Amino acid sequence: MSAGAGSDNLPWWATGLLLPVVNVTLALLVSALVIFAIGEDPVGALGTMLRGAVGTGEGIGYTLYYATSLIFTALAVAIAFHGGLFNIGGEGQAYIGGLGVGLVCLSLPGWPWWAALPLSVLGGAAFGALWAAIPGWLQAYRGSHIVITTIMFNFIASSLMVYLMVNVLIKPGQMSPESETFSASMFLPMMADMMAGIGIEMASSPLNFSLFLALLACVGVWAFIWHTRWGFALRATGANENAALYAGIDPRRVIVITMALSGALAGLLGVNELHGVQHRLMLNFPAGLGFTGIAVALMGRNHPAGIIPAALLFGALYQGGTELVFDYPTISRELVVVIQGVVILFAGALEHMFRPALVRLFSRRPSAVTSKPAGA
Amino acid sequence: MDIFLTLLSLLDSTVRLATPLLLAALAGFYSERAGVVDIGLEGKMLVAAFAAAATAAIHGSAWLGLGAGILASVILALLHGFACITHKGNQVVSGVALNIVALGLTAVLGNAWFEMGGRTPNLPADARFGEIILPLAEALRGVPLLGPLYFELISGHNILVYLALAIVPLTWWIAYRTRFGLRLRAVGENPAAVDTAGISVTRLRYQAVLIAGLLCGIAGAYLSTAQGAGFQANMTAGKGFLALAALILGKWKPVPTLFACLLFAFADALQTRLQGVALPGIGEVPVQLIEALPYLLTVLLLAGFVGKAIPPKASGRPYVKDR
Repeated sequence: MSAGAGSDNLPWWATGLLLPVVNVTLALLVSALVIFAIGEDPVGALGTMLRGAVGTGEGIGYTLYYATSLIFTALAVAIAFHGGLFNIGGEGQAYIGGLGVGLVCLSLPGWPWWAALPLSVLGGAAFGALWAAIPGWLQAYRGSHIVITTIMFNFIASSLMVYLMVNVLIKPGQMSPESETFSASMFLPMMADMMAGIGIEMASSPLNFSLFLALLACVGVWAFIWHTRWGFALRATGANENAALYAGIDPRRVIVITMALSGALAGLLGVNELHGVQHRLMLNFPAGLGFTGIAVALMGRNHPAGIIPAALLFGALYQGGTELVFDYPTISRELVVVIQGVVILFAGALEHMFRPALVRLFSRRPSAVTSKPAGA
Repeated sequence: MDIFLTLLSLLDSTVRLATPLLLAALAGFYSERAGVVDIGLEGKMLVAAFAAAATAAIHGSAWLGLGAGILASVILALLHGFACITHKGNQVVSGVALNIVALGLTAVLGNAWFEMGGRTPNLPADARFGEIILPLAEALRGVPLLGPLYFELISGHNILVYLALAIVPLTWWIAYRTRFGLRLRAVGENPAAVDTAGISVTRLRYQAVLIAGLLCGIAGAYLSTAQGAGFQANMTAGKGFLALAALILGKWKPVPTLFACLLFAFADALQTRLQGVALPGIGEVPVQLIEALPYLLTVLLLAGFVGKAIPPKASGRPYVKDR
């Protein structure tokens, strides 16, 4: 899988900025067409989305809150991509990871948040890692197709969670399948409260301490992939399994470990959603953010520095989409799903469509390169 | 006799449930034997199911619905071809992208057009594919064993079921007894050789992808206008992936794929029967476990009992002429 920048002589800002901007513009054009097709005004609708996402302090808070979850799920997709694996099970891994977060939080009544956080991170990471390592193991040692197995694991995760929530973890004496609320002492601090503590006024939103965790994860993933022996083994396996084997790397082990790390990152979504905001275990909290991680990772070219802006963009789309539904009842939230699909199509599957054109554009300028067209 | 009738009705629903899997798996057969991996079976079925139900709801004709379903599915198939064949994109990524587009688009359009939370209106009987009672089925019903077998299991399905079953031998014949089939299989194993023989790899792969679109279109229309009576959000629920698993289990051959589809469908038929039933020695199995049965079965079968499934050699790899 072609992860990272290509070897042709494009300046970094062309691959890093221009291509993503072209991709997003096209995706927005397609969604404008869809809005037009259902008889609404595309310009007005996209304007409403923009205002909803960044027009108010509250909107910005929500955008950053969604972006936090998306950074986790996108890093999960990216790390697997570098290992040559397409993990589309982020949704299920986030779901099961959230179970881990919830179980840890429920079992530590009265703990202060700063003491509970490392444990809930570990719980989420461990459960997510396990849920991803099984398909990884099946791919490496039994030859099952990772895409099919991870999809099946999404369905299985969903059934498992319904069973657990309805029969085991439900708070006694209530109808809706939700667990007891975590102790108030361990709620992660809200960003608005933290900012108020240092004298900055901020609109209240679900944005919480997890954002720092997400940024930390970005640095961690960057350092791991490009600056450790393990990261090298991972990239070598992703680039060419046979070559990796001759370099003394066991690709099968690397596949299992890569998937475990990927699942661990996806599992951290639960820290933001449950430990940070909902403060209880419930059904369907990943709400498609696991799938959206694929689009974010592809748009961010599988690099943390690209994933952060891509996550902000999709966070804005999520939040803008919520506002859109209020103003335009005929447009449903799933419009965001269409946009993310189109982004995956353009940024992932059709990445070669614009690249040759760009290369041709740049090779016309005086440089040391021979005048042969690069497309051949 | 009672057990016999229960078994017959179990097998009867197996056939009904196997039909969309079979059509989608055969779609995957053409695409993958030509070297184009198709993760997008699911999305193609979904748009087809939506287009068929929406058209049938508005125009009252199941056949028009089928046409619309095929059209929608073929458009998605062409997009897949455009990304994977023309622009040599990653086939798995393209398939996933199209699945997500399909999921979003059907929900958005469904909500906007019918305002029923993503559903389409319930179809009346004459806007669906009805059951066909085969000749003499009623008359022979009284004959012991064979009569009920003929009446319950063989007769009384809609036309798409029989069509799907007929496509299995047809596919075998096309793939192994015609020039087109030979070329199709060759292009999935060694496209360079096909190219050297002066045959266009691009053209052959587009043909394969189009056939896949056609078959997924029928599969989708079956879901919403034959098996069901209308479209529901995400009504394919992983069937495209089960079909893909059946194709792998059938080792990319039409007849074994049929049996793999029947196996998955049997698990599915069994799960509806098992709900709320106390099994001897085990007690009542949680309904969620039963619902997860087809998915668990897929994971287990792909992991262990396939033996070594060897995909077409060139599948997943875009063909680059003249490197």
